[in-house]
Parts: sequence; C-alpha cells; structure tokens
Amino acid sequence: MRLLEGEGLTRHFGGLAAVAGIDFHVDQGEILGLIGPNGAGKTTLFNLISAALKPTSGTISYQGSQITGLPPYKICRLGIARTFQTVKIFAHLPAVRNVIVGSLFGTGSRTSGAEALRIADEELEFVELSSLRNVPAGDLTLAAQKRLEVARALATHPTLLLLDEIMAGLTHTEVDEAMDLIARIRARGITVIMIEHVMHAIMNICDRIVVLDFGLKIAEGTPAEVAVDEKVIEVYLGEEI
Amino acid sequence: MKTIRMTRNRGITLGLLLIAFLILAFLPQVTSGYVITLLIDILKFAILTVAWVVFSGPSGYMSLATAAFYGLGFYIAAVFSGTFPFPVLVIMAGAVAFVVALGVGALTLRLRGVYFAIFTFALVLLVQNVVLEIERVVTETRGRFVDTVSTEGVYYAIFIVFVLTMLTAVLIRRSRYGLALQSIGEYEEAAAHSGINVVRTKVLTFAVSAIFMGMAGAVIATRRTYIDPYIAFNLNTSFLPVLMAMFGGMTNLAGPVIGAALFTYIGEILLTRFPDLYMLIFGVVLILAILFMPNGVLGLAQRVWRKIRGGRRAPA
Repeated sequence: MRLLEGEGLTRHFGGLAAVAGIDFHVDQGEILGLIGPNGAGKTTLFNLISAALKPTSGTISYQGSQITGLPPYKICRLGIARTFQTVKIFAHLPAVRNVIVGSLFGTGSRTSGAEALRIADEELEFVELSSLRNVPAGDLTLAAQKRLEVARALATHPTLLLLDEIMAGLTHTEVDEAMDLIARIRARGITVIMIEHVMHAIMNICDRIVVLDFGLKIAEGTPAEVAVDEKVIEVYLGEEI
Repeated sequence: MKTIRMTRNRGITLGLLLIAFLILAFLPQVTSGYVITLLIDILKFAILTVAWVVFSGPSGYMSLATAAFYGLGFYIAAVFSGTFPFPVLVIMAGAVAFVVALGVGALTLRLRGVYFAIFTFALVLLVQNVVLEIERVVTETRGRFVDTVSTEGVYYAIFIVFVLTMLTAVLIRRSRYGLALQSIGEYEEAAAHSGINVVRTKVLTFAVSAIFMGMAGAVIATRRTYIDPYIAFNLNTSFLPVLMAMFGGMTNLAGPVIGAALFTYIGEILLTRFPDLYMLIFGVVLILAILFMPNGVLGLAQRVWRKIRGGRRAPA
C-alpha cells in the first residue's frame, strides 16, 4: 500500500531547480533510501515532504489524501516526523523536555502533561538516552543529539519518519548503533525514508533506493539493482564499491 | 530529601508572596503620599516588564511595541473618560490592546530577529502619528483631559492589574504554551516540525501580554489629567521594560519584578539627589550591570547565595 506519493515535485530557488519534477512513492512498512551527490536535492525533497518548503509545482499525497500546502505542524500531527541534517535541538532544555515537546504537541490528539512525560521517557529509553534525561541537550555529544532528535520525532507517534543523515559524523560503533536503531524503528511498524552517505548502512538496511542527481531521479530499485546501475556508478558511487 | 527541601522552599516562597501581597494590599490604610506614589510607579513598571518578559523572554522575539499598547490604554481612558466608570475603562483598554496586538502580531511575527524589533519600534511611531493626525483633523485638538481618580483608587487599580499580570505570567509559564514558546525561542523550525502551531502560539501570547500593557496605560492616564500623543506613546515606555528585565534577570518571574522595583527606585533617588547628573550616572550603572551581571540582580544573588551555602556545606 502506498503511504506517501509525490507527483511532479518541483522546487526552484531563483533560477536553480533544486528538485525538478520528481515522482516517487514509499510503501507502508518500507525503508526507502535517498542517495545522491551533494546538492542533488535530497534535503530539499525532505523539506517539501515535511512542508518546510512549498513546492513550486507538483503534489504530495499521504494515505490517499492531498497534503500539499499544509503547514509543518499539521504535517507532523498527521504522522510525518523528521530529523534534521544539522541537528536542531532545544539546546538549553533538558533532554527529556526536548522529547516532551514532541509528545505534547505532535501526536495529533490532546495529550496530558503526565502522558506526554511517560511517552517521552519511553522514547528516551528506546534510543538509549535515559541516563542523560536531565542533561541540557546542548551538552550532549553529536551522536546523542542525533538520537535525541530521533526520540523527539518518535514521540509524535509518526507513521512515516524522515531521517536526514543521522549517521553523518558518527564513529564506526555509533554507525552500527544507529543501524540497529533504525531496524528497531522498522520493527515498530514505522515507515522510514532515510538520506545517508554511509553506503554500507544504506545497502544493508534499505528495501529500496532512489538516486537523485541535479534535482532529477536518475535511478530507483533494490540496493542490488542500484549498486550496479551504470548511471549511479558514474555520478555517485564511483567504480569500485 | 530533595523533594522535602523543595516543598519546604515552595512553602517559604508562597509565605513570602502572601506577606508581600498583604503588605501591598493594606499599605494605603497606614501610609499615603510619597510611598504610595512611588509604589504606583514601581507596580506600573513591574506590570510592563513582566508582561514584556511573558512573550519576549522565552520566545526571543524582542518587542519594542510596549509603548504602543500602553499609549492606547491612555487614549481609551481619555476618550471615554466620564462616559464609563473607571474599572470599565481599564478592561476596555486591555481588550483594545489585545485586539490590536492580534492584528499586529499576525502581520509581523513572520519577521525574525532584528526585523521584528525594528517593526515593533516603528509601530509605536506609527500609532503615535495616526493618533496625532486624527486629533488634528477630526477633533482639532492636540491633547485631551482625563478625569482623575483618587491616589488610593489608582493604587488599588494598578495593584489588581499587577496581581492579574503575575497570575497570567505564572500560568503561561507552567502551561503547554510556556514550553511551546520556549522551544520556539530555542529553535523555531524544530518546534514547527514537532507539532507546534508556531504562528498561533506567538500571536496569542503577544496579544495576551499586550492586555496588561493597555490596562496599565488606562490606569496611569488618570494620574496625568492632561495627555497628548507624545506623552502617551513615549518610546521610553518601550525601552525601559527591556532594560529592567535585563537588570533584574529573566530566569524566573521574580527577576523582572525586582529589576523594575530597583530600577525605578534608583532612578527616583538619582533624579532627586543629582538631577543634573541623573542620566549620566544611570547610564554608567546600567552599563556596569549589563557587563557584570549577565543574569541580572537575581542571577548575582543566586551566585552569592550558592557560594555562602556551598562554603558551609563543604568545609575543606
């Protein structure tokens, strides 16, 4: 079943088409990888889905209904949560308060304070940050801040989660932990779209991969198909992988 | 242990608040004249400062529109002076300020940082000149007279508005709106993508804070007998609350109140003792305060307190 579908999505920045007429979809329960060189339009596509940006043209439908043009908070309450390429945490608030923001405002139904706190603690537990719950988010390590963003997103009870390079800048061990985290997110029945440059992670986790270059979709398929695609090798992967 | 100490601390705070409330409530029965006049001034600035902090503190949007809403309060009091009883005027002023702030907020809160500050600054000038022009063309006057109210009446009115302001400020801080505002101040984009309706949160809180500015204006107008647009929409009214909040500290609500009280009192002393050097000394005091007390008087007090307690607890 199609959970999210974009048709002819286009976004111009001045004369530059960051995303140029992309059709894509993600199925319920799937993990979709989004790869491509820097400036290919991956984050712009996330911004269009999460309504940080309005598309110049094209439409997005979610669970069968149009969501193009809705404000970001409504997108979130409908069940599409996201993290950011450069972490955007509430640095002066304790970790747990960061997550409470998600559970208090983002679930789409009115949550009591006590319930929001319970959900927040559950999600902190899930991303293994319980021991740091009272630490101001700005004092956490980068890896922990990225996990905190995931917890905040999960606290909104999403159906679809957009992960924007949560492995960038992490050590090998931390990347393995992040892969394990994504597997556990999938086990909860949450559909995931992830942007990532860590190839072995992408190839291992994703069910399907979409490759962008200069705002265009140049390939799409299973990791095995994409890995041998000539165009993909030429613009992104390079000869040997 | 910790929770016991916390509840005891809370008990002490509530006790102190109750005592302060009772003293302020019964003061006019025992004294009059200068003390009451000074307290009216202090309470006025405390209202403006706390109301300013309610919105601008957590959200980080620096509003300089205080004088616009305060001045509107002046004009409500003047225009309807004699038509409606005093309490009705005050409530009307609050309502008008709320509605105007809703409109202004919806227009301007898309602006960020310094642009928002400059717009709100310009708003004061705009409203001032609109009123000036209306008076010139329609009523062909420059100023207006306001029916006076007894000093005691003004004192109780401003005291009640002050209590309402404090209650509202505490409620907003503790409610989900408080957390929403805080997260907007921390990272607006992330707040929006976490399900917060940032536009509504900002506009509504901005408008609620304007209610008390308008009310304070309507009360203080009755002390003036004569007002004109330059008196009503004085830019100092926009800047002083910001300085008082910085001076007192914004980490909790006692800060702005202490800031307003000390600032007003120091200003008063300097003005009476050194009328020529008043502004000079005031400027120096302010610069020193901002340089050496980044968290205001309250922050300084907390630091000293921690040192004393820490010293006692850990005998080296």
